[in-house]
Amino acid sequence: MSESAAGTPLAVPPRESVHSASPALHHQFEDIEQQRDAGNFGMWVFLATEMLFFGGVFTGYIIYRSLYYSGFAAGSRGLEIDLGAAMMFVLLASSFTMAMAVHAAREGKHQPLIGFLTATIILGVAFLGMKFTEYFHKWQEHMVPGLNFHPALESLRGAPERTVEMFMCFYFFMTGLHALHMIIGIGLLTIMAILARRGKISRENYNRVEVSGLYWHFVDIIWIYLFPLLYLIGGRYK
Amino acid sequence: MSTAVAEVPVQSRIHYLNANYGIKSWLFTTDHKRIALLYLGSITLMFFIGGAMAVLMRLHLIEPAGALVQPETYNKLFTMHGVIMLFFFLVPSIPATLGNFLVPMMIGARDLAFPRLNLLSWYVYITGATFTLYALISGGVDTGWTFYTPLSSHYLTTHVIAAAMGIFINGFSSILTGLNFIVTIHKMRAPGMTWKRMPLFLWSMYATSIIFVLATPVIAIALFLVMLERVFHVGIFDPAIGGDPVLFQHLFWFYSHPAVYIMILPGMGVVSELVTCFSRKKPFGYIFIAYSSLAIAMISFFVWGHHMFVSGQSLYAGFIFSALSFAVAIPSAIKVFNWTATLYKGSISYQAPMLYALGFIGLFTMGGLTGLFLASLATDVHLHDTYFVIAHFHYIMVGGAVMAYLGGIHFWWPKITGRLYHDGWARFAALVIFVGFNLTFFPQYMLGYLGMPRRYAVYPAEFQVLNVMSSAGASILGVGYLIPFVYLLWSIRYGPVAGANPWGAKGLEWETPSPPPTDNFEEPPIVPEEPYGYAEPEHAHV
Amino acid sequence: MFIAAMFMAQWPQFRPADASTSADRVDHLYFFLTGITLFFTFLIFATIFYFMIKYRRRSEDERPPATEQSMGLEMTWIVIPSLICVGLFFWGTSLFFAEARPPQGAMEVFVVGKQWMWHLQHPEGPREINQLHIPVDVPVRLTMTSEDVIHDFFVPEFRVKMDVLPGRYTSEWFQATKPGTYHLFCAQYCGTLHSGMTGTIVVMSPTDYAQWLRDNATTESLLQTGQQLFARLGCDTCHLPDGTGTGPALQGRFGKQVTLRDGQNRVMDEAYIRQSILDPGFLPLPNYRPVMPTFRGQVSEEQILQLIAYIKSLGSGERTQAP
Repeated sequence: MSESAAGTPLAVPPRESVHSASPALHHQFEDIEQQRDAGNFGMWVFLATEMLFFGGVFTGYIIYRSLYYSGFAAGSRGLEIDLGAAMMFVLLASSFTMAMAVHAAREGKHQPLIGFLTATIILGVAFLGMKFTEYFHKWQEHMVPGLNFHPALESLRGAPERTVEMFMCFYFFMTGLHALHMIIGIGLLTIMAILARRGKISRENYNRVEVSGLYWHFVDIIWIYLFPLLYLIGGRYK
Repeated sequence: MSTAVAEVPVQSRIHYLNANYGIKSWLFTTDHKRIALLYLGSITLMFFIGGAMAVLMRLHLIEPAGALVQPETYNKLFTMHGVIMLFFFLVPSIPATLGNFLVPMMIGARDLAFPRLNLLSWYVYITGATFTLYALISGGVDTGWTFYTPLSSHYLTTHVIAAAMGIFINGFSSILTGLNFIVTIHKMRAPGMTWKRMPLFLWSMYATSIIFVLATPVIAIALFLVMLERVFHVGIFDPAIGGDPVLFQHLFWFYSHPAVYIMILPGMGVVSELVTCFSRKKPFGYIFIAYSSLAIAMISFFVWGHHMFVSGQSLYAGFIFSALSFAVAIPSAIKVFNWTATLYKGSISYQAPMLYALGFIGLFTMGGLTGLFLASLATDVHLHDTYFVIAHFHYIMVGGAVMAYLGGIHFWWPKITGRLYHDGWARFAALVIFVGFNLTFFPQYMLGYLGMPRRYAVYPAEFQVLNVMSSAGASILGVGYLIPFVYLLWSIRYGPVAGANPWGAKGLEWETPSPPPTDNFEEPPIVPEEPYGYAEPEHAHV
Repeated sequence: MFIAAMFMAQWPQFRPADASTSADRVDHLYFFLTGITLFFTFLIFATIFYFMIKYRRRSEDERPPATEQSMGLEMTWIVIPSLICVGLFFWGTSLFFAEARPPQGAMEVFVVGKQWMWHLQHPEGPREINQLHIPVDVPVRLTMTSEDVIHDFFVPEFRVKMDVLPGRYTSEWFQATKPGTYHLFCAQYCGTLHSGMTGTIVVMSPTDYAQWLRDNATTESLLQTGQQLFARLGCDTCHLPDGTGTGPALQGRFGKQVTLRDGQNRVMDEAYIRQSILDPGFLPLPNYRPVMPTFRGQVSEEQILQLIAYIKSLGSGERTQAP
């Protein structure tokens, strides 16, 4: 950009014919880099909104946990930590495969891309399977607030029943919201995989895989917070 | 005055309105200008629905024992008035119409960063509005727009879930619009368009978008939790299991306070544009006005507790919230002083947009200063939940935001439609609105101080005179709002053709024909070294 | 002008009566704020009018030169409003904090709000609905709770207001300065008959109030009712006065600190007693087995207040909870 003398407006260099660049370039952008940049930035802004979205429930959780520690500890002890830990490892592995998928997309390597996307999807589905198994167990134990909350006395571990019910409200809501985001993520990755199979993902528009990857990693990070908050309090390892 | 260039007659030129025809070309458009018009139609409809409720309410309040409806219906009227006006009119008003139309043009871009997301925003808005209108038609909701628990979560039998769902869904529309604006302003400015060369309207849209993106998710969660509590009859706000109803208030106001800044900041941006154009001066204190938008956005996140001084929250929380609430007044004051100083030694003309802008400055000043009464702990105890609060926020939202919105619509109308409206009628309407507005809401300050509480369908007889005055004003205000509707629509067909720049304004949007072509600019726009170069000699440009 | 004329006509009704000790002070701040508001609004309007006329466009090709930006001016209009705001903040806050705590020995009245009426109970026994008789020049402290949704106890002529919450106690206090009848409004939207949840505060001279108490005397005072309830519910079987029972003695304990089993420190105030009655499991004590049953569902909010009144009467340690 050349600066002209004071008082004269800057001249804008003539825009290149936008469509000579690449068919992947959308018309509102000047070049592929701007498009990629905007896409990534947009996803980061969206993740900021997601942080605030989960933030509301996390805030409520922290407040009530400090008020009703014994009930929350009792509720936490009733969760299946082995399953929770397995879910944690599955998600971490899926983030790894996701990162590999993004790398493959960036390099333009189709087979690895499809492979890693599929692996991520499978791991995600495995996570959801474990989650719903846990929900089913809770249903069998009569620990679902509003539907069949009649806990056995031992599961209360001496804490007042209603505070355990409060914990279970948070448990279901937080993990449910997370599961919903996982389902959306799996859908997104499925679309990516289908597009990849049809050869629609090239070195130029790989960005959509990267943006999906950002979303997936975020959902993983949420679980990394959820797991200790929900499963690891309660002094089970005292 | 339009630039001294022969304009191609509108009829033979292709622009965004006639580029394609047919309902599909509108419902599946990704052109930000068409989407802006889709929004314009929808929010105007919502405005008149919400306004009709206001008219019914004011008619009812002529009599102390209530003149028109049963208390149950009255409760539904004020709830739906609040929900529709706030969420479906005010929040999207300037951002989704003027913002969508102008943001790309003002930065010299062809469209927003994510045009399809923009269209999705509109559809999400429509979905939300449908849920809310369903709630309205199927019998209404009577929670108050604030949905306080446990009333909303356990005690009411009306269509709370439908209404809450409507607001919840609509929130995503806001979030996506805000996201689009932030990315567009960051990444798609024309070469040479640095931050400090942007028009002030863009600074305020940017600040608004930050609030959209960070605050809206919290009300989504708050309302979602209320819905869950209604469905499962147990929840985190339920005292029966140790829940705290005041937690709902915190989550609700964490969004709803920044939300009111969502409603006023775009208006302030519009006023900056109007005052500069109609006094032919660059804004006094440009950088102060720009940064004050950001300051307002930031501080607004930390003052929500001033809605809760008597909620049972701790005194010390009150202390902090009160201090910060006083702080947030300062950037607004900075703007008012700078706008006034912009008029100094200007060349001022009084077309309708300017009348709206000047009305905004005066009424916003009064409304904002009455906010200090509410920021101050001792007076807020007396005034909270009385008509004083109603007067305060209507001064800002109606005397402020709606006037700015109308001013902006009138100012950019020639750009949007390619037609000029009749300025005589416009000025008359502005005057009627100004008079009607003050007559409606000024008496409410007094009612509030005298102790009349909000949301009362019946009231003690001693408050009747002020209520009748207010209702008289409301009828004038209602008529005032109908007038622009008529002449603006009329102008689309019969108004004189507008040139590219009928006001002689500065800004990239005026460097392109009216209505603009689909890609906004026929020639690459030239970014001036300084914005608002009114003092510089005009240069010819094609 | 029309509005101003209406003002004048309304002059006697321009202010609500200042019928409490805090009303005058709140009004001073209110009128000062009004003055500031009118001053700055008028200043801006007048300046705008003046500029509009003086600098009106006289010809179409007028191109006014740019005015010098002035840091001095910016700083002036940032600093002065900031100082005004700081001053107002301190004024309002100090007034608020000064009024926040009732004086010692305030007359206690218990209030239960429910859709859509107020139940009030005097310590001497009389109960009222939607009306409260109080003597003039005596500080009155209300301890309030709701049976259902959030309400608000608002007396405009006393300039007091406080939300009334379910599951919690809130309190406010006032001292009436003029005999008369004053409005009581519910000021937190609470459903269909929110605007019907109103009442009156009747302020009487001390002799009239004493007469009223006599005319409305009940067979037992509030704490006698509480004492009977204490016995009827079997509280006295565990909470023996000598401390040898299954539960701790309650004599002389009100207002004193309590250390729970997990080390937390609480004060035995109204909220603590309410929680002990409804959720004893929350408050395990170090030297007692946690065997107290819950009375949730067996006692109403009013009965809890009666029990609290009785327990308070057994002797108190320090002050009651801060409002």
